[in-house]
Amino acid sequence: MIRKSFLSLSGLLLAGTASADWALNMPKGVTDLSLETYNLHMMVFWWCVGIGAVVFGVMIYSLIKHRKSKGVEPAKFSHSTTAEIVWTTIPVVILVLMAVPTAETMVRMEDSRNPDLTIVVTGYQWKWHYKYQDSDIEFYSSLARSSLEARRKQSGVDPFSVDNYLLDVDNPVVVPSGSKIRLLFTASDVIHSWWMPDFAIKKDAIPGIVNEAWFRPNEVGTYRGQCAELCGKDHGYMPIVVEVVEPEAFAAWVDSRNVEQ
Amino acid sequence: MTAAVADAHDHHDDHGPAKGIGRWLFSTNHKDIGTMYLVFSLIMFFIGGAMAMVIRSELAIPGLQFVHPEFFNQMTTMHALIMVFGAVMPAFVGLANWMIPLMIGAPDMALPRMNNWSFWILPVAFGILLSTLFMPGGAPAGGWTMYPPLILQTGDAFPFLIFSVHLMGLSSIMGAINVIVTIINMRAPDMSLLKMPMFVWTWLITAYLLIAVMPVLAGAVTMLLTDQFFGTSFFLAAGGGDPVMFQHIFWFFGHPEVYIMILPAFGVVSEIIPTFSRKPLFGHDSMVYAASCIAFLSFIVWAHHMFTVGMPLTGQLFFMFATMLIAVPTGVKIFNWVATMWRGAMTFETPMLFSLAFVFLFTIGGFSGLMLAIAPADVQYHDTYFVVAHFHYVLVPGSVFAIMAGAYYWLPKWTGHMYNETLGKAHFWASTIFVNITFFPMHFLGLAAMPRRIPDYSTQYADFNTVASIGAIGFGLSQLLFVWVLLTSKKGEKATAEVWDNPPGLEWTVPSPAPYHTFETPPKLNESHGFH
Amino acid sequence: MTTHTDERYYVPHGSHWPAVGSLGLLFMMVGVSNWLNGAGAGFYIMLTGLAIIVFMITGWFAAVIGESEGGLYNAQVDKSFRQGMFWFIFSEVMFFAAFFGALFYARNMAIPWLGGESNNFFTNLLLWEGYESTWPSNGPGNMGGDYEAMPPFGLPLINTALLLTSSITLTIAHHALIAGKRAQVTAFLAMTFLLGFIFIFLQGFEYVEAYQHLNLKLTSGIYGSTFFMLTGFHGLHVTIGAIMLTIIWFRVLKGHFSAEKHFAFEAVAWYWHFVDVVWIALYVFVYWM
Ligand code: HEA
Ligand code: HEA
Ligand code: CUA
Ligand SMILES: [Cu+2]
Repeated sequence: MIRKSFLSLSGLLLAGTASADWALNMPKGVTDLSLETYNLHMMVFWWCVGIGAVVFGVMIYSLIKHRKSKGVEPAKFSHSTTAEIVWTTIPVVILVLMAVPTAETMVRMEDSRNPDLTIVVTGYQWKWHYKYQDSDIEFYSSLARSSLEARRKQSGVDPFSVDNYLLDVDNPVVVPSGSKIRLLFTASDVIHSWWMPDFAIKKDAIPGIVNEAWFRPNEVGTYRGQCAELCGKDHGYMPIVVEVVEPEAFAAWVDSRNVEQ
Repeated sequence: MTAAVADAHDHHDDHGPAKGIGRWLFSTNHKDIGTMYLVFSLIMFFIGGAMAMVIRSELAIPGLQFVHPEFFNQMTTMHALIMVFGAVMPAFVGLANWMIPLMIGAPDMALPRMNNWSFWILPVAFGILLSTLFMPGGAPAGGWTMYPPLILQTGDAFPFLIFSVHLMGLSSIMGAINVIVTIINMRAPDMSLLKMPMFVWTWLITAYLLIAVMPVLAGAVTMLLTDQFFGTSFFLAAGGGDPVMFQHIFWFFGHPEVYIMILPAFGVVSEIIPTFSRKPLFGHDSMVYAASCIAFLSFIVWAHHMFTVGMPLTGQLFFMFATMLIAVPTGVKIFNWVATMWRGAMTFETPMLFSLAFVFLFTIGGFSGLMLAIAPADVQYHDTYFVVAHFHYVLVPGSVFAIMAGAYYWLPKWTGHMYNETLGKAHFWASTIFVNITFFPMHFLGLAAMPRRIPDYSTQYADFNTVASIGAIGFGLSQLLFVWVLLTSKKGEKATAEVWDNPPGLEWTVPSPAPYHTFETPPKLNESHGFH
Repeated sequence: MTTHTDERYYVPHGSHWPAVGSLGLLFMMVGVSNWLNGAGAGFYIMLTGLAIIVFMITGWFAAVIGESEGGLYNAQVDKSFRQGMFWFIFSEVMFFAAFFGALFYARNMAIPWLGGESNNFFTNLLLWEGYESTWPSNGPGNMGGDYEAMPPFGLPLINTALLLTSSITLTIAHHALIAGKRAQVTAFLAMTFLLGFIFIFLQGFEYVEAYQHLNLKLTSGIYGSTFFMLTGFHGLHVTIGAIMLTIIWFRVLKGHFSAEKHFAFEAVAWYWHFVDVVWIALYVFVYWM
């Protein structure tokens, strides 16, 4: 496995090729809000690139042209009120342009009213517990067996040989696509944080407090995330897996669950 | 005046330094104390850096190779505490001790004995903190942010952690009081406030921040202590408290703290860029106002570290807007430095190189900071390597590079000899290249959803982590060059009083090395040293 | 002072007191930590540290007093001391601010949220059903059991009167010092610290009352926590202030201080007023509102 890393590293250095693994950017995700979030991210990013191009451009020009070795005489000026007003005002305007769409997205993110389904999520050291409200379905979800063995120190198991190393669980959460799903978070011991990049949800699960978030997945599929708040030694080992399925498949899953219990 | 008093007066330290260990242990001399601060900080930088090496080695490839997860978390926590409180802050206090009296024409700090005490508390504080590594249950492992309830699971180390934080606070507060009093009370008579050099200004503002927020940190950790040992319920919902309350109090300290680590850096860079551009600092007064604005705003943005805790919407909006505003005064600083270089006659000695890298790379770190301020996007960035990338950009090529720049800039004044410029440049290029190799890939890791504070990760993060680890080792080894420069710094040619090409500031009017006692009588400001 | 010393800055000798102080802190912190962890020797190590600190403070202050009385300090040194004291008090204010902040946060946010307000409807519904937010409160878990809040108009009111009076007597003493009426200084200064000690005594009495009759304890949820931590730290400051006043009183008896130069006296006076102001805030926000 060391060799593989080195190979890909030299690959990077020599050719700069991008394999499928080389995720460079935030996922667009599968909800309207995750897409909005992605767009906000790209908007600020491009503003920063633009401002950076101007500032660094001027600076580099100066570094090249205004050298003593070129025999230039230093100018004497030390202030210019006009310039200072300009470069105070322009950033303010830019910031306002950024703030408006951001605020709009935030308002939508916080609106978890009228869900089709509510799931209570409780963080434990070091696993998650899910309870579907208004039904009997509840279960714990912890790191999958295959990863469990490979994760031990010097286990001798190559992580590359494990499917979804550290990102797989025994009992995934199953939800129907297209419905509005509300999550209620709390914790039993310390603070955890439930993070699903593809839904743009990251909410702290805090003992004694209940937090809310919601999502409406547009596409079926299996989505993976992790606990995102340091919660002790196995913080790195409490992944989250959500399976988004067609509503009919979901109904079937609920039935099968109810039979089991 | 009676004869006895005149006597007592006359033998006050007109002589040089005392002999032996007493010189350092009992010192009231700002130069000696400054030196001790700087040496202490360098040692801590190496210890904290060694811990970073443990972190980066473990993360070099997926799977657990070297350490257990508990120990990994201890390394992360101790690395941050040592770097923040042991390396960066004392380094700036060291520079303040050495340079502020020289820059304002004072004979020493205003309260020299307290100055000694602020320093000598530090070895005690960090001795206690480091000793926790050997305790049952190990060192604290709850992150440098010490969030409850997790931090309450710390073993025997817990009270030691709390009290060492108290001691660091005590030291910082006394240091800050000393800086303020020195600046307000000991300036050369015709140095008005707005004539003060930028380094002095930024330190004055920093000192106010320190006095305002270190006691709040002390309060926060005191509450942790009583929750743990005396049954209070500050952070316990069942008792009507709230775990999130700790985060509010901590970040009320924590956010100004990050500006405590960058404002003096701004000051150092504002001294160096004019010297090597051979042009006065552009917009001195607006730089002062910008720094003050940053300091003021730093008190009302703290909850941008808490966008995921479930704050009410209005709270999130307020903290987001306030945070974004900080870009404006910070931008003013950047633009003023660029304007200082504009149409100057630049040369590129090591201090200037480090300052230029500072301007470039701090700006990049600032940009990622602005991205983090966008609350909905921060939902994705929060607690990922994107944040780790952000703050290392502002802290390593930010604060640390500014410290390096200052060290090279004033080293000839301290030792009386020119350091080895070739080695200095080698140190600069190695540091700059490796720092980017280390921290730039972390942006990608964060965006691809790698959480921070984990000892092991899924395989799709393997490649960038390997790159970062290689960079980190390179960066660490490059710092050995710096030590080499320091150790050989007395071998170089003798430095003149001015050292550089007509630099502004009173520190260049005294000989190099600066004599043990300087400015026993107030100096007159000299037109040719940048005062007008 | 002759002009000679005014022109020159005063820089003191090296001093071993800071190092002694650090040693004391080391013993104290290591001791108290061990003690909290239940290690037997910890308590005694802590006491040793405390003793070293007291020794250090005595020695350090004695040295400074000696230099001051020896006329070594010029106006600039005096000013440095004053400004230093001022910013030290400011740092103390911020320390109290952290605890007042906790009080406000708990009262105005945490408690209402636990009761279901703002975006915490489900917090109340799922975890603390039936809890209605009120103040004072020991939380939805009824931490420490039922208790009674401290009524504002008994002892606390008397204590308020005591402290306010002591501030007045101190001011009278100060004016007397400036006017050179030494006898008046001694009398009013003595009154001030006596009032201070009576305050502490009554505060102790109040604590006993709280523990024995009201079942109000440090462990009584957030109300108990904020009540005892705020009044406790304040009481500690009153104690320190009263001790310092006593020392100043002895110094007055020994003939220290002049109408123009009496930094130590003023520093202690500022400190005392600061303690007073904190009390007023305490009285309003902890006892009364
Ligand atoms: C020296 C230290 C330092 C500095 C200076 C900063 C500066 C900034 N920081 Fe950073 N930050 C940290 C140290 C620092 N930070 C640390 C240590 C953490 C993590 C703590 C932890 O969790 O452990 C953190 C985390 C952190 C977060 C929380 C992330 C999270 O956990 O989710 C946020 C969110 O808003 C943030 C924002 C900012 C902003 C907006 C600035 C601004 O001050 C930046 C302003 C600068 C610029 C913007 C660039 C220059 C400006 C221009 C060229 C002008 C024009 C620009 C525009 C109009 C865009 N920081
Ligand atoms: C001023 C502050 C500061 C500084 C200077 C640094 C410097 C470095 N930091 Fe640190 N860091 C923090 C502040 C700082 N950091 C904070 C606040 C956190 C958050 C902690 C938390 O989550 O609670 C953090 C967390 C943090 C992490 C994330 C850990 C995690 O989330 O689990 C990582 C990972 O790569 C890291 C790496 C590094 C590296 C490689 C350096 C390098 O720049 C260090 C380079 C220095 C040296 C290497 C020492 C000098 C050289 C030698 C000793 C010679 C020998 C060298 C070799 C053998 C190679 N840091
Ligand atoms: Cu659970 Cu981290
Ligand atoms: Cu911040």
